[in-house]
Amino acid sequence: MSAGLAIAWAVLGGAFGSHRGRLALSVLAIALGVALGFAVALINEAAIAEFSGGMRSLSGSADLVVRGPRNGFDEALYPRLARDPDIAVASPVVEVDARIAGRDDALRVYGVDAFRAAAVTPALVGTTKDALDLLRPGTVFMSPAAAAWLDVHPGATLRVQSGTHALPLAVAGYVRAESGERFAVMDIAAAQDAFARIGSLSRIDLRLRPGGDAAALRERIVAALPAGLEVATPDDNAALTRRLSRSYRVNLNVLALVALFTGGLLVFSTQALSIVRRRSQFALLRTLGLSRTRLIALLVGEGALVGAAGSLAGLAGGYLLADAVLRVFGADLGAGFFRGVAPDVAFDIRAAAIFAMLGIVAALLGSYLPAREAAAATPAAALKAGDEQHAFARLRSPLPGAVLLTAGAAAAWLPPVGGLPLFGYGAIALLLFGTLLLLPRIAAWVLAAMPRPHAIAPALALEQLRGAPGQAGVSLATTVASVSLMVSMAIMVASFRQSLDDWLLRVLPANVYVRAAAAGDSAYFSVDEQRRLASIDAVARIAFLRTQGIVLEDGQPHVTLLARDLPAADPSAALPLVGTALSLRAGDPPPVYVSEAIVDLYGIRPGARLHLPLDGKQRNFVVAGVWRDYARQQGALVIDRSEYTRITGDATATDAAVWLAPDVTVDEFRRQVDARMPGAARMSIATPGEIRVRSLRIFDRTFAVTYALLAAAIVIGLFGLSSSIGALVLARRREFGMLRHLGLTRRQIAVMLATEGFAVSSIGLAVGLLLGFLMSLILIHVVNRQSFHWGMTLHLPWGSLAALVLALLALALATTVVSARQAMGHDAIRAVKDDW
Amino acid sequence: MIHLDRVSKRFPGPRPRTVLDGITLAIPRGLLVAILGESGVGKSTLLNLIAGLERADAGSVTVAGSELDRLDDDALTRFRREKVGFVFQAFHVLPYLSVARNVGLPLALLGHDRAPAEDRVQAMLAAVGLADRGESMPRELSGGELQRTAIARALVHRPAIVLADEPTGNLDPDSAAGVIGLLRERLHEEGATGVLVTHSRAAAARADRVYTLSASGLDPTSL
Repeated sequence: MSAGLAIAWAVLGGAFGSHRGRLALSVLAIALGVALGFAVALINEAAIAEFSGGMRSLSGSADLVVRGPRNGFDEALYPRLARDPDIAVASPVVEVDARIAGRDDALRVYGVDAFRAAAVTPALVGTTKDALDLLRPGTVFMSPAAAAWLDVHPGATLRVQSGTHALPLAVAGYVRAESGERFAVMDIAAAQDAFARIGSLSRIDLRLRPGGDAAALRERIVAALPAGLEVATPDDNAALTRRLSRSYRVNLNVLALVALFTGGLLVFSTQALSIVRRRSQFALLRTLGLSRTRLIALLVGEGALVGAAGSLAGLAGGYLLADAVLRVFGADLGAGFFRGVAPDVAFDIRAAAIFAMLGIVAALLGSYLPAREAAAATPAAALKAGDEQHAFARLRSPLPGAVLLTAGAAAAWLPPVGGLPLFGYGAIALLLFGTLLLLPRIAAWVLAAMPRPHAIAPALALEQLRGAPGQAGVSLATTVASVSLMVSMAIMVASFRQSLDDWLLRVLPANVYVRAAAAGDSAYFSVDEQRRLASIDAVARIAFLRTQGIVLEDGQPHVTLLARDLPAADPSAALPLVGTALSLRAGDPPPVYVSEAIVDLYGIRPGARLHLPLDGKQRNFVVAGVWRDYARQQGALVIDRSEYTRITGDATATDAAVWLAPDVTVDEFRRQVDARMPGAARMSIATPGEIRVRSLRIFDRTFAVTYALLAAAIVIGLFGLSSSIGALVLARRREFGMLRHLGLTRRQIAVMLATEGFAVSSIGLAVGLLLGFLMSLILIHVVNRQSFHWGMTLHLPWGSLAALVLALLALALATTVVSARQAMGHDAIRAVKDDW
Repeated sequence: MIHLDRVSKRFPGPRPRTVLDGITLAIPRGLLVAILGESGVGKSTLLNLIAGLERADAGSVTVAGSELDRLDDDALTRFRREKVGFVFQAFHVLPYLSVARNVGLPLALLGHDRAPAEDRVQAMLAAVGLADRGESMPRELSGGELQRTAIARALVHRPAIVLADEPTGNLDPDSAAGVIGLLRERLHEEGATGVLVTHSRAAAARADRVYTLSASGLDPTSL
């Protein structure tokens, strides 16, 4: 064995030999963090790749795409563009999300001109032996994914909904699309007719003549476009889709990194305690001539080995996890952005390298601080008994912690960066690190303030903790980190859930809600159907609503325009306003009420004038108030329905709120609707209670992955708590041996340890609860607001928090008792023979 | 004060070993007795039997009127708490307690009132030459001072016997001589009986009586 290897073995061999269990736990913690992060990255990458591939496939060779409101725009634009000398081919498209009969799902149906589409978007053209099928009304071609999903194949009939009517469509074949997108294609004229879109288009795909200048053409087209339309490239559209899901994906990644962080913290506390225990051994090696730098390198190398082993295991585990999730659940991780997308997992070298590096860095950082301290110790002093507390002395200065806390508080006030709450995340990290650095000082303050118990066992426990606040601080680190993360997420989710519940109560004042269809945008109530619904005996009062998607700004996603009856005197009676409504003066334009997301995304404030593209023209409105909306993340606007109908001439409606006549039950109402409305079976009728249950179920599903990732972080944190308590107790078996010699009973030693465990856990819980509360404020008011534009009020889940406190205290006590039994299992005689 | 009657002790295991075989020893009150012997001959086992930390396989051990074989674990714990003081080779001073608190530990265990206990601790610290080091932490003390702290702790509750296992093993010759002298002086002052197990003939020479333990038994020795 070379001298170098011999020294390395002297340093590392002891640790690997005598602390195998705790080292394995560190490796496992890093592996779990890396696995979760890598799996989330792989799943998101796969979903994005599949989605982008699908979009590319559907965009074909289009250079530019003209798009407008979801309900479409005047088709008169098409011939103008088709005649443009710089445009080789213009392909008009109608897009409808048609509700599938018998299901609460919608299928996108594209109406295309097959001859034009063949030259621009061949993926949207059906393949058939009889070319006339491409033009035949009532005939569709399915994408392979849609056919498999609905089990509807050539020769079968696909039933969808238009208005309140059933629309049978004969499946003539498949389209050429190779992606996993689910859709159907039919002739454009047939689609316009079937879905009441006559004279209206959803988009026009443009292919330039060879050598054409896309930028110049784009500029020229934009200048001549009616209001509410925009020109984008297919890449813009793909980027927009990616952007829509970005906040959610980033949040999941951050949560996965939190698991990795708690893993790193566990390595830190394990390494810190292990290094302190071996302090005299290192002092001996230093005395024998081992340099400081070499000792640090060896100890950091020890951490690197843990990190590397954990990272390798984590990458393998992450890949298998991603593969399993994609197979079983698909690529949607809860928020619905990628619902129905089921790609295969692909090993991403870049992501693997990043997460492997993060795993190693987490373990390296966890080892570096204790290693630096061990190397800095004076060998002569470190060789003496009782010098261990010096190892933690460096952690007792409050300055670094205070600086980080101040920086964290300041960062919480900063705006988002590129739509992401990077400073919000930073603020949470700074508060957490600042508190962790202050822990020894906090522990010292609290312990000094505690009265000295009369009984010897708890008195000794208190003395031990007072004498070793640094050690207590290190063992508290994982507890505080996990408790604060747990508490902050619990408060945020409870606040969000309760705010959503309150909001639902507020926005659903009627007895029953009727929608033309449960899904899609192909259904509506005609004026006649509205009259018929209103004339039903069971109805005391009815209010109709029209929704549609419009483009407020080029390059931004559609925002939802809601046209509904608004009481001019008191709009807050119909809308959950945040703040008060602006009083309008004579001569002001009609009012529009914007959701909080519109304020955040477009910077539009009350009092501002807002031009809404309606019926191809910009219409002037004044922003009269801001309202809270949890249903539409990209923003929503409310205008009075009479104003909408006056401007657009569109008197159809998509939803109705119904107040029932006295003593009429919902079942009676349903019976009367069935009897009076021909399309009743295709409508969705729900009570506020049913909508509430459904909404909260969607909420819980959205947060399911969040809970899972958080649970992983918590489990790692609890490993850390158990591990550090166990390590501390086992390290003191010589002390217990001496105390047994002096006449302390086993029970007294158990009481002493239980007191220590209880005191340390209580401090950890108290600090964790307080820090978690502060972090929850940042999650609620900064991270969520900047990520998803949801405002919410604070609600503390007292029951859950109490359960959490009790569970953690029980765990700490159980770990202490188990460790104490182990420690006292050692022979008291042999224990005192060991050197300290 | 201490009476061992034909005591035997055997350690089981893959290679069972008899370390004490029919040992008989009587130590009167107030004497300091040293037991010399090679490593592994059973000196510490003998001390552990006297402390009630191990039980004899044969024979009986009676200390300060208590027949240890008849006591259960709790009673043995109480016996050690009240009647025995220990001095270890590795000092075993609690690093997180001040010197005074370390010395006062046995009094706290016995539930003595704080004020008289503090007076007694101060008296013991003065007696071992550490009057001004009561508030110091153990890491600030030299090896000799740590062992003097341990002696003060061993005697502070006025035990009937003090058991010292290689108390000079970690000390230089001058400190060792000082510590044994102090131990002897304090034992006589307090009227306690002492058993000193050591390799050091110099240390043993300060005792009132010396025995040598070997495979053939325990024999009186004159140095």
